[in-house]
Amino acid sequence: MLITRRIDFSASHTCYNPALSDSQNRALYGSEAHPHGHGHNYVLEVTLAGSPDPVTGMIVDLKDVKQWLEEEVVEPMDHRHLNHEVPPFDRVVPTTENLTVEIWRRLQPRFEGTPARLAGIRLYETEDLYVDYAGE
Amino acid sequence: MWTMPENEEPGRPVVRVTRRYRFSASHRLHAPELSAERNREVYGKCNNPYGHGHDYVMDVTLRGPLDARLGRLVSVDQLDQFVRCTIVDAFDRRNLNLDVPEFATLVPTTENLALVAAHRLAAAWPLAFPGSPALPEKVRIWETPRNIFQVFVANSEPFRVMDESARRHAAPTKESR
Repeated sequence: MLITRRIDFSASHTCYNPALSDSQNRALYGSEAHPHGHGHNYVLEVTLAGSPDPVTGMIVDLKDVKQWLEEEVVEPMDHRHLNHEVPPFDRVVPTTENLTVEIWRRLQPRFEGTPARLAGIRLYETEDLYVDYAGE
Repeated sequence: MWTMPENEEPGRPVVRVTRRYRFSASHRLHAPELSAERNREVYGKCNNPYGHGHDYVMDVTLRGPLDARLGRLVSVDQLDQFVRCTIVDAFDRRNLNLDVPEFATLVPTTENLALVAAHRLAAAWPLAFPGSPALPEKVRIWETPRNIFQVFVANSEPFRVMDESARRHAAPTKESR
């Protein structure tokens, strides 16, 4: 069985790779490359796989999941500038793709040894652009 | 913590990027092989002679290994331009039956619309993104908020515009859309 928990956080970022020229940056990141940054209301969907416990009827205590998401994602990223305040984005371009992979890497260890397996995450930068990652 | 040393080849995570597009179009569902009465039975209101329209929503999903140093599967601007040229400009504010060549011989159900969109993406992709490790994986079209059709691009390959059996196969169920 799969369950999905949704959270949101708002953050600013700029997508600019200093190893590339200005025109290469514009070609790859478009308006996301403006130097002073801009913000998004990110929405994260975290999907867990498991079987309901016969006694509690739950796969995992969602209070715990809420706390892990709070500690790993919301607290460090909400109302922050990703490039300036959230490592490794001082060195890694904070595209939605990279942010999705980073969030997976933060969350995945939290589910080790629990009855729930992290099955996949989906990060919406806007409602028209989202990235899925399942640890592949 | 995840670090990305400059000179080390990172393991490449496989990600999916989905971008949403919208277009508005009219269509009429009518299979020329069927009698007028049978067309009315099969397609219901969708068979009304002058057609009707929808605000379609289309999600295009790409899949591929991510170069974390670039952080982008493909440029979103370039993807938008590609999908606009390949699909949206051809469908938006058009009559699908009359304005989209594939539907001269194919009933423009949203099943077939998704197949045509996937087929167009697959055919034009290598020209627009030569050598890109990212590939279009699936197309999902909302005809209305209640009717949603998804096709995997790999499965759109056998699709042939003139294929009679594909046309019959794509005929929708009796219930009106």
